[in-house]
Amino acid sequence: MKNRTFAALAFATAVAVIAASRLIPNDYFFSAAYTVLQFIILATAWNILGGYTGYVNFGSAAFFATGAYSSVFLYKALHAPLVVMIVTGTLAAGLLGLAVGYLTLRMRGVFFAIATLALAVVLYTFVVNWDYVGGARGAYIIQPRVIPFGLPRYIHLLYSAMVLMTALALVIARAIETSTIGRGLAAIRDDELAAECAGVPTLRLKLFSATVSGALMGMAGTTFPYYLAYIEPSAAFSLSYAVNSIAMPLIGGMMSWVGPVIGAVLLGSVQQIVQVTISSAWNLLIVGVLLVAFVTLAPNGIMGWVDAWRRKRR
Amino acid sequence: MANSLHIEGLRAGYGAVQVLEGISLHVNDGETVALLGTNGNGKSTLMKCIMGIVPLRTGSITAVIDGIEHNLAGQATEDIVNLGIALIPEGRRLFPRLTVEENLLLGAYRPIARDAIARNLAFCHEVFPRLAERRTQLAGSMSGGEQQMLTLARALMTAPKILLIDEPSVGLSPLLVSHIINQIRDLKERYGLTVLMAEQNFHQAIRIADRGYVIVHGRIEYEGSSRDELSNNALIRKLYMGL
Repeated sequence: MKNRTFAALAFATAVAVIAASRLIPNDYFFSAAYTVLQFIILATAWNILGGYTGYVNFGSAAFFATGAYSSVFLYKALHAPLVVMIVTGTLAAGLLGLAVGYLTLRMRGVFFAIATLALAVVLYTFVVNWDYVGGARGAYIIQPRVIPFGLPRYIHLLYSAMVLMTALALVIARAIETSTIGRGLAAIRDDELAAECAGVPTLRLKLFSATVSGALMGMAGTTFPYYLAYIEPSAAFSLSYAVNSIAMPLIGGMMSWVGPVIGAVLLGSVQQIVQVTISSAWNLLIVGVLLVAFVTLAPNGIMGWVDAWRRKRR
Repeated sequence: MANSLHIEGLRAGYGAVQVLEGISLHVNDGETVALLGTNGNGKSTLMKCIMGIVPLRTGSITAVIDGIEHNLAGQATEDIVNLGIALIPEGRRLFPRLTVEENLLLGAYRPIARDAIARNLAFCHEVFPRLAERRTQLAGSMSGGEQQMLTLARALMTAPKILLIDEPSVGLSPLLVSHIINQIRDLKERYGLTVLMAEQNFHQAIRIADRGYVIVHGRIEYEGSSRDELSNNALIRKLYMGL
């Protein structure tokens, strides 16, 4: 399928989903779906650098929080509209991604992962001490009273925005994957030296991949302050973002854009169900158990099974 | 058109370690030059230095491509590949989780090579029919000999003028080594390539080399201007034959 066709299809589906959701009377659905969609974006974005390029980013929370806190800043400073927040947060996280991309110059593998983790800790400390955006106390973000498009509640608007952003993330991920850039990224993942020898502009591609990955993760965070109406550093920088955005592509499969979606839908919904039926404290435990199970039983994720099955049939 | 490589007084290394201590060598148009030396003497570092992967400290590396002189020092690797210089790195270094065809297409990443993709791919399949058969197979699942074929073919996809080959014999059975060396010779003749080949396997390398250098501890210790000279040199006898 051509990228343009896919994009048209993705956005058409998004609009249809948004329209159909209007029929759902239960508000909890929107809240739960928002979280799952947010994880789809995070997983898809993480996979661009982690799966396609092979650089494991442990600092997803840093990008997510960059998006979230840039929204907080815009709220405090300008009472900016939601669209402005989304665009600004995405750009800010993209810049952070570009900086992380330069880290790949000297660091690979575990060292890169630790550096990104450190980045999250540094940013966390920075935000904790930045009083303007609430510091360690956190900040209240009041949802606007006037809701556009005749939507009944603000969560409907946030949910709709999330559906559209998810479509955008998937379109971008797929376009990268099927392009020459994607092939270059795969080469870097498999063997960076050989990629260089083949004339793949490795640095440029790594910078590109890190920037796009960071920007999309930030985008997922931009609406988060409104979603919670109250934001504190430990929520925005939660370890669960880092763990989930790695676990989801790993479980779904990292070689294609479908994998993170499957992983995110699966893990995200399981976590939502557990949260309402058992307790929220169980969430990370379940992620951990599933992660161990998949790493040992299906190292290439669910899509790995599908690919193996396809190859066998051929 | 003339393609050649000239290296003068090259020093390079990693951190505090200096590996190359003033290497000077040249490869003239259409020649196959062997770079001989046992492990740990700087052959691979020299190759990486030419490709801009390891930065040089002093000295100069220039390449003449189609009669135009280019200074390679300080250039990015992809730009050096773009000029028409390809390195087949040591130990095959394929993209194991990509298919054979994807590996080949990656060889044609540089814009100039992309235009000639269909022709080069057909050529590779003609020279290595095995690769055409295994087009959709994952590169990592092929045998060592087939993988070495694929690295050769991938380098050819960049449509190189100067080919650098780092230890093509590593990890291959003697029969396959001789096969690969023959293939390098055939390709060189068909393509009119200029070749610099680092090799430990003296007897195999010397079969196709016009000239050779012996590198010991980062220095060129001996330069043999013909096959006979190399075979009868005392240093080489000592290093390779224990005489």
